[in-house]
Order: sequence, then structure tokens, then C-alpha cells
Amino acid sequence: MATIRVQTADFSIGAEYAVLLAGRTDIGGLASFIGTVRDSAKGRPITAMTLEHYPGMTEAAMTRIAAEAARRWDLLGITLIHRVGTLHPGDNIVLVLAACAHRQAALDATGFLIDWLKTKAPFWKKETFVDGTESWVEARADDEQAADRWA
Amino acid sequence: MSAARSVKLLYFAWLRERVGVAEEDLALPATVATVADLLVWLPQRSPGHAAAFATTATVRCAVNQDFATPDTALSAGDEIAFFPPVTGG
Repeated sequence: MATIRVQTADFSIGAEYAVLLAGRTDIGGLASFIGTVRDSAKGRPITAMTLEHYPGMTEAAMTRIAAEAARRWDLLGITLIHRVGTLHPGDNIVLVLAACAHRQAALDATGFLIDWLKTKAPFWKKETFVDGTESWVEARADDEQAADRWA
Repeated sequence: MSAARSVKLLYFAWLRERVGVAEEDLALPATVATVADLLVWLPQRSPGHAAAFATTATVRCAVNQDFATPDTALSAGDEIAFFPPVTGG
């Protein structure tokens, strides 16, 4: 039921939406989240963001997160796509789609999926600033708190 | 006691940069039974390892692609990964 991919290529929310809904008439609500590259970090302009992952474990973690969402809500479809490699301001990073019969489950499942993806899937971001310096993004306590609200 | 236990170590993000390699195959000494033991032994291997593991509060571990804790036991053939807290999404 879940579409799970880690890829360097961009994704199209329209194309993924069409795949998820193809031939389905039981879905009453489809919620989405897209994460994109911001052009600054802590007030400093950035020129690039490089995403690294742990091949194998990342896909396994994403599959577990999708399975946990399916256990908590009556989901009719899940799409999780996360990009890796070098991205630039404005580029897509991550797509979450959750389809349900009704809106609340779709909205809640989408929030759950992105919160857990941010804190439980092995991806790391490095930012490149205008002066050429680079810095690994540090994990944020409020991301942990966001994930913990689904505990 | 027993024969040397060969394991594969993987490093990600700034741990990889500090250690200087993405992965290495090692034989664990008899004194290393758990992840916590490995965190004591690894920094002695090189200045890069010492720099990578200087502050273990920000080091996370996975054994065989599952999140591990300091008391997770290690066995021959394990794939042991060290990385900072994750920052995807």
C-alpha cells in the first residue's frame, strides 16, 4: 500500500497524487506535506544543502514508520519520497501523502509521518553558505518534541 | 578465548569526515562486548577516531540497521553504524 522511495531526482506531487488515486473511489481525503530547501539557516544565506543517508536502513526505517501510521489510522494509501544528494534553495526535499476515507485521519497521519521521518529515519543535512563554508545541521529539540506528541 | 570477531563499521555525516573513511572492517578485541565498550576502544585507533568520538552525547548507533543502545551486544558479522542525531525531512 505504501510507496517509499529515496532518490536524487526531483518528484512531482501531481504525478504521485495521480498514482495514489488511480482507480480509487474509496478515498475521501488526501493530505500532503512537502519539505523544501530554505534559502537561509540561522540568518545566513545558503547556496546548497547536501543530504546523506544510510542506504538500506533508511528504507527500512521509512517502511516501519509507514507501517506504524497504518496501524494508528485507517489509511488507504501512503507515499513517502525523500531526496538525497545536493539540493538548492527552493528544491523539493521530501513528500508525504496520506489518503483516508475522511479528512481528520489523513491530516493527522501526514503530521505523524513527517514528524517521525524527521526524527527516526537516518538522513543528515549539510548546509553550504555563500562564503563556501559548510556546516552539518544539528538536530532540534523541538523536532523531538513534535515526534513525542505522537507517543 | 574465542576467535576474533570481524565486524563492519560504517560512519555517516561528520563522524565519517572526522574518522576519514566511510567504512572499515575490524576485528573486535575480547574486551569489546557491547556498543558502550566499542565507544571506549574506537577512539584509541587514530586521531580521527578520537576526534569523531570525543563527544559521544551526539553520537547515535545502529547495529544491523536497527537503532542500538549502549548495552546492545555485538557479534561476529555485525554491521555497526555510527552517526549524529538524524536531521532529515
